[in-house]
Amino acid sequence: MNTTNYNYQRFTLRQKLSRYTVYLVIIIALVQSIRTVEVIPEFFFDAPTQMADLFSRMWPIDFDFYPISVHGAMIETLNIATLGTLLTLVFALPLALMNASNVVSSVWAHWIARFFLVSSRSINSLVWALLFVAIFGPGVIAGVLAIAFRSVGFVGKLLGEAIEEINMGSIEALRASGASWMTVLLKGYWPQVMPAFFSLVLFRWDINVRESAVLGLVGAGGIGVVLNDSMNLFQWQRVSMSLLAIFVVVILAEIIVVNIRKRLI
Amino acid sequence: MARLNPSTAINRENPFKRNWLSTSLWILLGLYLVYSFNAMGLSWQRISDGLGFAGKLLDKMFPPNFSRWELLLNGLGESLEIAIISSIAGIIISLFLGLFAARNMMPGWVSTPTRTFIAICRTFHPVIIAILFVKSVGFGALAGILTLIVASIGFIAKLFAEAIEEISLKQVEAIRATGASFVSVILFSVMPQVFSRFIGFSTYQLDSNLRNSTMVGIVGAGGLGGTLFSAFQRFDYDFVAAILITIIALIMFGELLSNIIRGVFR
Repeated sequence: MNTTNYNYQRFTLRQKLSRYTVYLVIIIALVQSIRTVEVIPEFFFDAPTQMADLFSRMWPIDFDFYPISVHGAMIETLNIATLGTLLTLVFALPLALMNASNVVSSVWAHWIARFFLVSSRSINSLVWALLFVAIFGPGVIAGVLAIAFRSVGFVGKLLGEAIEEINMGSIEALRASGASWMTVLLKGYWPQVMPAFFSLVLFRWDINVRESAVLGLVGAGGIGVVLNDSMNLFQWQRVSMSLLAIFVVVILAEIIVVNIRKRLI
Repeated sequence: MARLNPSTAINRENPFKRNWLSTSLWILLGLYLVYSFNAMGLSWQRISDGLGFAGKLLDKMFPPNFSRWELLLNGLGESLEIAIISSIAGIIISLFLGLFAARNMMPGWVSTPTRTFIAICRTFHPVIIAILFVKSVGFGALAGILTLIVASIGFIAKLFAEAIEEISLKQVEAIRATGASFVSVILFSVMPQVFSRFIGFSTYQLDSNLRNSTMVGIVGAGGLGGTLFSAFQRFDYDFVAAILITIIALIMFGELLSNIIRGVFR
């Protein structure tokens, strides 16, 4: 300890202090939350028994229910996810271009784009679905629009970042040749962001398949409606059938997307 | 850059050839749109009818009504509590699960079951998990907390396991060569390499737990979502607008907070 050589410290005092402050705040927040949250301890300790009961009632899965209504609802769910993803692009492309500083240089445009992107991401797809069910009535339209509005923030933000990362050389070359604004976008920007674009869209489609499976709980169409109905009637064997269908479709969607993305990148 | 060749008029190619792959993709897209619109019975009539209602709805939503701010604050507090407890519990659990799932740290008979468990946590949407928990532990914050713990495990544990699999094994070897125990190897060779990425995942998950904690209430798992859902059912659209504004503000605040935490641990 006498020589300074042995006093190696990984972090400076300031770094240490700020880290400990963060830890302290986290602990205070945790303690405060646990003290004020309304949790009934009996319910918590009862949970394993209740879970076991629930699963035992689900057990022989009602496979006969699949052709009756699960199949059609599952197709509807996939259609909602796909149409929603396609509709998202209509809104997300202009916002992404507005958000990318190497396409539009106006600060105002960035703020407007960012406002829309953040509000789209902040509101959960179920809440969007509630809003659109209030507007269009229960059904597929509400689901498609909810998926579309929810995805705009994700696709717009990441696509904007992808556009900002491109090499400006070819853009400059095109501009120097006197290409029009549209040509620069199509032949300069597009080829460079295309792989990122497709991998983003596929990734979002995968997420949307998961999300569209639950939109039906608020009446926005798809497998969620079937799930909700069987749950309200306490037909747990049908519930497990719907859950199994969702599980299989989500896994398949993920495998497809992962494989396509591997080839793209 | 190579010098430009003097172009000859004879064999000049069109630099932008027609791409048959993309053309056929466009055609497929068109066919799909026609098919899906027919299959789902979408019609412009309904959409244009809806647009009229949208105007009415927006009219009712503005100005937002903050007069029942006590109810709003209660829901907000519960959402925050759910998000904080579930994030911290989820992060601690996924710290261990991530370690167990890393294939370069653990033998196959430990990592494969752990990876399967994590995959199952990830597959189902939080809302579905919330429903199952509401049925088993009853309405209230507990169901929300358990749901978001499961959701956090699915996300952080997976990414954390991937981060551990990417580390450099030289430092692990060096620490092992000093005769350190397994725990010391983890603490002094693995953790320093992955800690900053782990903080990144955790703050992201804190963010998404904040978002989701406002949503699990829709199925009865406590928080602001329940307030929102009952406001919807009572057609109190001005109160709905107030809740939505609160949620957006909460999430912007959460993003600010996670930026600060990320800055501290950089």
